[in-house]
Amino acid sequence: MNVAILGSGQIGTDLLIKLSKLSEFNVVLVSGRRDDSPGLKIAKEMNIPTSTSGIEGILALNGLDVVIDCTSAADHILHWAALKNLEIHVLDMTPAKIGDVYIPNVLRTKSKVEQNYLNLNLVTCGGQSSAPLVFALSKVLSITRVEIASNIASLSAGPATRANIDEYIDTTEKVLAVVSGAKETKAILVLNPAVPPITMQTTIYVDFESDTDIENNVILDQINLVVRQMQTYVPGVRLLMRPVIAANRVTITLQVKGNGDYLPSYSGNLDIINAAAIEALFELHRRNLEVVG
Amino acid sequence: MEKLIITDVTLRDGSHGISHQLRATDIAKYCQAAESSGVPIVEVGHGNGLGASSALIGFSLISDEAMLIAARENLRETKLGIHAIPGLATRKRDLQQAVEIGVDSFRIASHCTEADTTKKHIEFVRSAGKEAVGVLMMSHMASAKVLGEQAKLMVEYGATSILIMDSAGTYLPEDVSERIEVLFHETGVAVGFHAHNNLGMGIANNLAAIKAGATKLDGCARGLGAGAGNAQIEVLVPVLHKYGYETGINQIDLLDAADIADENFAGVGPTITSLSLISGLNGVFSGFVKPVVAASKEYGVDAKEIFLELGRRRVVAGQENLIVEVAQELLQRDSTL
Repeated sequence: MNVAILGSGQIGTDLLIKLSKLSEFNVVLVSGRRDDSPGLKIAKEMNIPTSTSGIEGILALNGLDVVIDCTSAADHILHWAALKNLEIHVLDMTPAKIGDVYIPNVLRTKSKVEQNYLNLNLVTCGGQSSAPLVFALSKVLSITRVEIASNIASLSAGPATRANIDEYIDTTEKVLAVVSGAKETKAILVLNPAVPPITMQTTIYVDFESDTDIENNVILDQINLVVRQMQTYVPGVRLLMRPVIAANRVTITLQVKGNGDYLPSYSGNLDIINAAAIEALFELHRRNLEVVG
Repeated sequence: MEKLIITDVTLRDGSHGISHQLRATDIAKYCQAAESSGVPIVEVGHGNGLGASSALIGFSLISDEAMLIAARENLRETKLGIHAIPGLATRKRDLQQAVEIGVDSFRIASHCTEADTTKKHIEFVRSAGKEAVGVLMMSHMASAKVLGEQAKLMVEYGATSILIMDSAGTYLPEDVSERIEVLFHETGVAVGFHAHNNLGMGIANNLAAIKAGATKLDGCARGLGAGAGNAQIEVLVPVLHKYGYETGINQIDLLDAADIADENFAGVGPTITSLSLISGLNGVFSGFVKPVVAASKEYGVDAKEIFLELGRRRVVAGQENLIVEVAQELLQRDSTL
């Protein structure tokens, strides 16, 4: 598949490195704004074509299958307007609320509008790190309330994250509501400035109906299964402590250590979104094979 | 001498001291008494402010909405204030509701180095025509210079005054003077200070703050508050009066307010326990005392050891989820020895 990366910041550059290790995908362009950006420099060193004209650079291409938009929520909207009538899939890396939410093995590419070419949204780090577990628990428990609290290193929270904390919370809470069926969902984000930077972690509190008759082992098995599944695309995910099941609440604390491709490994919050984007590409790849074949 | 503005945070920071279990009747009675004594601002809510009722930090007994309505109905001249931390409170869900209920004074708070997370919230409050106080929490974790830079950002966003919190109760008076002086000279707006009493410095640190240029101070009835509590307001006010400062508060009527707190919700009130002292000495958020005690009992590890480890990890407010993790780790370490 031919993939173009729009935006040559940290996210785009990390994706470039991840994609360079995969034979299924061919990065045909990294399009940024500034010729002196570190991302474009790295792309050039890897002999990947680059452009400094942003979306215009993308529109000039032929034979493109997927655009990964690593800009901002506001720009995603402008870019989608230019891309939506072309036969191209688009992955939005910040919560722009345009397309369908994509969470590997949980929320798949089921578009509201029946179409072959999709806009997929990778939601938030809190959503990516918690939704798979919450979804798995919803199969064995009747969930009444879900809360997740994510701690991330200050250094891993860029200006867009900082300016859009409310949108982060809102998007994450909505995803949790969809995957859990719970009436009440709450998302909390805490930035920690400690040096050396802390590795991202998320604590998930799942409250369930009090008359539930279930063995703790069933819950624990479910959790362990999902963690192993998540480790197939984010190897650095692990349970930081054994899950606590008490008073109709399951408490799970997960550490998300990034792969350290370009982004530092403490910023698992960014890495888990990129890793999910790669999973989305594989899914589109399989889908393309089906359409063609 | 310039008149000082005292904010009574009994019904907000005090909530930490009683695990956020304020009832609407407690709020109503206390607000009436505070109003009668001439307190300028009463702050109400969960210990960590709007939107903070949670499994992570502890659930409030009643909703934010119910708390604010109970206060609003019982305050006239005295302003109603709230505390809000982006990451917990959102504009659409929490600040909008507070504006509609009629909150007058909004404190928008962040950890001391994360002021840029407050921009949209401060702008929102100002565009609603309300007072926005920029608050830097856990301020001991940054130098005076950094605090000055962060405070200036908040002023750029529209904050009408700046307040720093000694959230871990770790300051000595000289630490306070140094920081307040910088803020006073750098920001060009009114500066405030919020003390905790972990090292027995609650009142002394407030005096240091005023001498360095602060004009806004916080206190709680019976010294209620996270950890060893805040400066005891019914002590702070007459001490300020003895020094010749004006507060506009009737110090005798204020005793009635403190008695109402006693009779209705304050319990025995905080003292400087071994743990709040350890928390202050290690610069760990005062609000961690209760969850640390709970984790210590649950896992059978020494609460002091938990605090020492939390201090080493430089935890910030809102990281209550680390407490159980640390307790489990200590348990494992002990069992492998």
